[in-house]
Amino acid sequence: MAEEMRIVLRNVGKIDPLKIEDYINAGGYKSLEKARGMDRGELIEEVKKSNLRGRGGAGFNCGMKWSFSYKLETDQKYVVCNADEGEPGTYKDRIIMMNDPQSLFEGMAICGYAIGSNKGYIYCRGEYPYVVEHLNKAIAQAKDKGVLGDFDIEVRMGAGAYVCGEESALIESIEGHRGEPRFKPPFPGVEGLWGKPTIVNNVETFANIPVILEKGAEWFKNIGAASYPGTKVLTLTGDVVNRTYFEVPTNVTIRDVVFGLGGGIVDNKKFKAVQIGGTSGGFIPEELLDTQIDFDSMSKIGAALGTGAVFVMDETRDIVDIVTRITKFFEHESCGKCNPCREGTKRMHEMVERINNGTGRVADMDLLENLGGVMSVACLCGLGQAAPAPVLTTLKHFKNEFNAKLN
Amino acid sequence: MSDYTTIIDSYKDKPGGIIEAYHALQKEYNYIPEDAITAAAEAFGMSPAQAYGVATFYSYFKVGPRGRYIIRICESAPCHVAGAEEVVSALESELGIKMGETTADGKFTLEFTECVGQCQATPIITINSKPYEDMSAEKIPAVLAEYK
Ligand SMILES: Cc1cc2nc3c(=O)[nH]c(=O)nc-3n(C[C@H](O)[C@H](O)[C@H](O)COP(=O)(O)O)c2cc1C
Ligand code: SF4
Ligand code: FES
Repeated sequence: MAEEMRIVLRNVGKIDPLKIEDYINAGGYKSLEKARGMDRGELIEEVKKSNLRGRGGAGFNCGMKWSFSYKLETDQKYVVCNADEGEPGTYKDRIIMMNDPQSLFEGMAICGYAIGSNKGYIYCRGEYPYVVEHLNKAIAQAKDKGVLGDFDIEVRMGAGAYVCGEESALIESIEGHRGEPRFKPPFPGVEGLWGKPTIVNNVETFANIPVILEKGAEWFKNIGAASYPGTKVLTLTGDVVNRTYFEVPTNVTIRDVVFGLGGGIVDNKKFKAVQIGGTSGGFIPEELLDTQIDFDSMSKIGAALGTGAVFVMDETRDIVDIVTRITKFFEHESCGKCNPCREGTKRMHEMVERINNGTGRVADMDLLENLGGVMSVACLCGLGQAAPAPVLTTLKHFKNEFNAKLN
Repeated sequence: MSDYTTIIDSYKDKPGGIIEAYHALQKEYNYIPEDAITAAAEAFGMSPAQAYGVATFYSYFKVGPRGRYIIRICESAPCHVAGAEEVVSALESELGIKMGETTADGKFTLEFTECVGQCQATPIITINSKPYEDMSAEKIPAVLAEYK
């Protein structure tokens, strides 16, 4: 059976998050000191070699991303921590920030040194005012102790827009604009906040950095799956016995997660489906449960690891009803900048809802597949591109449930 | 009530600070007063249309009055399957208003929200952002009593 392995959650429950001395006594800020003694190029090489890939959903090699900004010569660069955490079923970044804020700051400061930036922002979702308060207290302690040196960290608050988790929309929002994604390229690493090179990483990504520097890239890349090493913090919701969070090596299987650590299905009911990665993830049927949770294994089955949300549904759940709810989410959260998504999410919701309430047409099924295919390639940002996934994967694995509502 | 221009001015020098200013305004008034938009536009060197555009893009901002306590019910899939609809019915009947409405005494407003990141104990409601876990129709009267 799978066991927990705590890297980013290593200090949870062991230190007082608002006592920086605790963090320092646990070895905190030694990695920053070590980093600052290294050549910046070598430091980035070490992070790259660890093969730490982004924990915010896109899975890009972290050190590689840093290397794009490092090379550029400008008067200002920025380090931005993505704490927008809007993906339904996800609360892992909150757990990290509430329990171990200093490890996030240390990761950001190491990135700052690596790319040559003295200014960091944490963009925290508006639903977490208590987290913002907590972070500000912790930042004040870090400043008092002088551990961050000349690296400054400021918290900015989102205001209830899921799309602002997309990195370029997030940057627009920090700049004080509507949070609409930008056309890419240029990527933020080259032209980001106020046109300056900007590294955007997820909370969990940054929290891995101090440990990687302490124990070395070699150690890290041998944990979990080879192509996406390390651990992943998962948050379990739905009809699972243990509705809680875990940190596991990335080579555990979905079955291990749901039936091992998750404790199986509530009331001994039968499993029907699990949606991983949040609301934009694919639905996974029983026969695919032996898939490993790492990024590439999940992509291969048309699903996504995403944020690590694990939403379990038992045999009694109505898949079409749940997908209807999900398509409404995307219609609501579409920012409206591009046509395939603004119009597509609306029509998709309309059709699924029609099927759900018994007035659907057989032709809707083909139209849904067609529309989903177009959206996944034609939408400007990841929101519109991923929005069809729940629809397309349920049409594939649970078509009988749609058919049953068509008559 | 403190003057909203004072609030806005204290964020004027923050690059991109208009969103922070809107948050501060909402903290004071619970909504963004219409006139404050024009004042913010001036302070941040935008057209009123742009400043209005920013305020209306974000679902946490509300231009114009609403209740003192904003009750939000999460309707994302995990809360949905955990019985959010029953919680909605209980709130509506307890307060005598429908979702999206404000009680006549200006005290409570009911709004839907997507996931608020407290999914360990679904269904979730928040009252002025404070989360209440594992909600059920039976628990609603006691929760509301805290604010009545
Ligand atoms: C609609 C949308 C929402 C997103 N939300 C988040 C989020 O809440 N948190 C996050 O870290 N990344 C989110 N991302 C991914 C970011 O765009 C970006 O890839 C990530 O912050 C990069 O950090 P990482 O490389 O450390 O994962 C989102 C992407 C899209 C398209
Ligand atoms: S895909 Fe959707 S959310 Fe993304 S830019 Fe287009 S309209 Fe906006
Ligand atoms: S799904 Fe309702 S709080 Fe996350």
